[in-house]
This record gives sequence, C-alpha cells and structure tokens, in this order.
Amino acid sequence: MKTAKINVKDGDLLATLREFFRSILQLDDISAILVPQHLPMKNVVMPTLVTDPEQLNGANPLAPVFPMNAGKIVSRLTRKPTGGKVAVVLRPCEIRAFIELVKLKQGRIEEVVLVGIDCLGAYKNVDYAQMIEKEETEFTSRFYRNVLSGKEMAEQGFDLNPACKACEHPIPSGADILIGLFGVDTNKNLLVQARTPKGEDLYRNLDLSNAEEPPERAAVVEALIAERTAYRDKMFAETTEVTNSVEKLNIYLANCINCYNCRVACPVCYCKECVFVTDVFNHEPIQYLRWANRKGVIKMPTDTVFYHITRLAHMSTACVGCGQCSNACPNNIPVMELFRTVSFRTQKAFEYEPGRSVEDDPPLSVFREDELSDVVGIG
Amino acid sequence: MADFEPTIIAFVCNWCTYTAADLAGTSRLGYPANVRLIRVMCTGMVDPKYVIKAFLEGADAVLVSGCHPGDCHYINGNYKARRRIKLLKEILPQFGFGDERLRLTWIGASDGIQFAETIRDMVTQIKSLGPNEAKGTMVI
Ligand code: SF4
Ligand code: SF4
Ligand code: SF4
Ligand code: FES
Repeated sequence: MKTAKINVKDGDLLATLREFFRSILQLDDISAILVPQHLPMKNVVMPTLVTDPEQLNGANPLAPVFPMNAGKIVSRLTRKPTGGKVAVVLRPCEIRAFIELVKLKQGRIEEVVLVGIDCLGAYKNVDYAQMIEKEETEFTSRFYRNVLSGKEMAEQGFDLNPACKACEHPIPSGADILIGLFGVDTNKNLLVQARTPKGEDLYRNLDLSNAEEPPERAAVVEALIAERTAYRDKMFAETTEVTNSVEKLNIYLANCINCYNCRVACPVCYCKECVFVTDVFNHEPIQYLRWANRKGVIKMPTDTVFYHITRLAHMSTACVGCGQCSNACPNNIPVMELFRTVSFRTQKAFEYEPGRSVEDDPPLSVFREDELSDVVGIG
Repeated sequence: MADFEPTIIAFVCNWCTYTAADLAGTSRLGYPANVRLIRVMCTGMVDPKYVIKAFLEGADAVLVSGCHPGDCHYINGNYKARRRIKLLKEILPQFGFGDERLRLTWIGASDGIQFAETIRDMVTQIKSLGPNEAKGTMVI
C-alpha cells in the first residue's frame, strides 16, 4: 500500500483538500470529479460534478451533512461507459452503497476512482440547516477541529445522526485512494493512501512523496470503532426491546404515512418500480372494507407493516447503515434503527458484509446445494 | 387454549407436495382441516411477500413445501426457496413471529403419508404455541 503525507497550510484542511482535488482533476485521464460542494446560491452542501479545476472553491467534503447517499449518484454516472474516468469523493457508507449497486448491476466500477475520506459523521439535514445559519465554512472547520480533538459533538441541542454514532466503518477501506484524518496530526498534514492497483495508478501520477502511516493511527481507529460498536449494540438492544412483538412494531410504525421516502432515500433500494407503488397495492376499494370488517378497525393507509417487513426482506442484507432513511422520514420514525437492527441479523446469517467487495455475491442471488440443512424440517 | 384451531397456510409445489397431498386424499389418509393449501408451480416462486402477508393476516403458521433437493422440476427453485426461508427466519422472529411458525419441508409426490404426518405434527406444535397475535392488530 502506497502512503504519503500532504502538507496542511495554516491548519486549513478544506484548502488542502481543494488543492488535492484540483491536482487529481488536472490529471490527463481524469475527466471529472464528483465532490460535495457548498453551493454559491444557497447555504447547502450538495454533490457536484466538476470538470473545471477553477470550480472547486466551495468543495467541502468535511461539512457534517450529506443530503443524500451519493452512491446513488455514482451509479447514475456509471450506468453506461463514457470513455473517461471520474474521481468520486465519497463517505465510507456511500462507497459501500455504490459497491452494492455495482453488484446489483446498477453501476459500473471500471470508470471511477473512489476517493474516500475518514468520516467525521454528520447531522440530520434539517438540524444542519438550522445550525449553520450563515457561516458554513467556519462551521465546518469548527466541526472537524472538535471531532478530531475528541470533543463531544452535541451542539446547540443537536447531536450527530444516530446512524453515524453507530457506524463501525468510519474508515473508507474500500476506496482506491484513502484520505486519512484519524490518528494523523491534521494541523500539519493529511494522510493519502493508495489501496488498490487503480489507486496506485493515480497515486503515481500525482506529485506525492512516500511516507509512513503514523504509528498511532491504528490505535485511534480501533478505539473509535470500539466506541461506535458499543453505541450500535446498545441501539440494537433498545430497538429490539421496542419492536419485539407485533403490537410493539405497530406502535413503532403507527405514524407512518406510507410516503415511501425512506425507500426513495435508501441507496440500496434500487428498483425502478418498487412493488409498493404498482397495481399490486392499488387495492379494490371493497378490499379496505373487508379488512375493516374483519378487524373492526384498521389504520389507514394500510400496508404499513407489510411494507417495512417486505423492504427488510428485499434489502436488509445490503443495508450499509447510512441513515438516509431516517433522514428522509417526515414523521421522525427511527427507520434506520429498525433496519440496522434486523440487517445485523440477516447479514450475519449469510456471513455477508455489504460493500466490502464486488467479489462477494449478494446472498439472495446465489445458493449452494449443500447448505442450510437446519432450515428444513418441522423440528 | 384447548379449543384453539390454528390456521396453517401451506404453499405447496405442483409437482411434489401438492401431488403428495392429493395422494393422501385419494388414499383416504386423514389429516387436520387446519391447513389451507395454496398450489404454486414451484417453491422457488414463493415470494417472501406471500409469507409476510399470511402472517400479517393472522395465519398461525406457514408451511412452504416442495420437491427434495435434486428433484425440483425447475432445477433449483427449491434451493432459492431455502435461502429465502432462511432470510425470513431471521427477520420474522425479530417481531415476535417465532421461528417455529415458519416451516420448509421437502415432501415428494409419493409421500402422501409424510404429508399427512407433517400437517398433524404442525397442528400439534402450533396448538401448544398459541395463536398468532397479529390477528387483532389494526396496523396492517
Ligand atoms: S435502510 Fe437506511 S441505513 Fe440502510 S442503506 Fe437504506 S437508507 Fe441507509
Ligand atoms: S422495497 Fe423492495 S421492491 Fe421496493 S424498491 Fe426496495 S427492494 Fe425494490
Ligand atoms: S419515510 Fe417515514 S412515513 Fe414515509 S414510509 Fe418511511 S417510515 Fe413511513
Ligand atoms: S418444482 Fe417442486 S420445488 Fe421446484
């Protein structure tokens, strides 16, 4: 693995990153770079596709917000060959979502270079908008300084997304090029690592001088993951406790309006036409009356629990824990907590880690003749 | 719970378990009337949605049953079904639908006796488990 350090001037990580992105975009075989950018016309950070190196001045991959999982954007960009390479700057959960999408034939990995940055976490979209007011860039620098010096991240009554606090993948291990922040003296430098042959090709063309990974990085990362895992396991236990019967699940989902925002926001729920918006669920009016008659009372709209459990059956093995489902819910239903809790079980059952590698087959796309004998029989 | 009569929804493949059920009938082998047979062409076409829906509608148990490994008329439908049942057996218990309520069996076309026994055994098991609590729920 090729490793280098790039100098940080005046402790300004954003300026350093912008310069680094510029040098990538100027390479002959890179035709564009996808990077989150602070939009000039509004105080928000959105993914932008940049071909002009002069248009990177608002690039801000450290802003503690991601309005959507950009893995979806990369799948759109790579659906068909374009003849050029795009460098994409992503969070670890976005990389993992994209890798899932590649396996589901929704994108191609050949023409992208995945640039991953150690993830500092994010706030909810709506919270972020309230927190930053006018000073977006200063807000970002205050944020990364605080996180990297280990400060508690609850601010003005807002706290990081539970998804981020429970995320045990803060390091973009699947990236071609990794930009390291944890366990690095970020006042002075950033870590750059080429982790794949594709990353090494790019690395060779950049003007970088080899260096060692700081020896303390491994321990810092390990401690961070341990902290996240503890939060995660507590979240699993609490969520199980409030959903472990049909009655409790009903309460959990009682204010769901079947808007399906959680599915639209989910990067791995990729169906062009989700079954829940097809005629299958366009019931005959008399059907509602039959249901009501049978039970005396039903909550409308119907198919709420059915939708959530079915979505779990369809995509829980691919859930990357990005939290965009909760982010998108208009009624503050903790969808991510439910999905991750169940996904942890289904992923473990098939020994599957979504987003780890394009080589691992999605568990429901394959089978073996000699397996799962314990599933068969009536006990 | 003595008078509780469970409802079992059984998705049976046309070529094996359905034929076995038919054989049980024509051989006058009695089996409990608790089971509702739904004939499908292959266990490989049992969408997880069908199983989830059956439980949400109040089925006390669901049986998916088809050809033995190697005998599936569509070559590997039963292997795919086995993965899907495995998946559902991880998801449904999380919400209180116990693992024992969902069963997968291989019952060949000539196994009328085994079919009748399977249904009898399932009815006994589910009687002791009690009814599916989803019957009364208003959020569906
Ligand atoms: S279910 Fe939620 S947490 Fe999981 S991948 Fe989809 S949006 Fe992300
Ligand atoms: S819920 Fe199922 S059908 Fe709908 S988009 Fe997700 S995977 Fe596709
Ligand atoms: S986003 Fe929220 S309200 Fe909409 S379908 Fe999902 S859980 Fe229900
Ligand atoms: S035809 Fe019987 S299981 Fe496939």
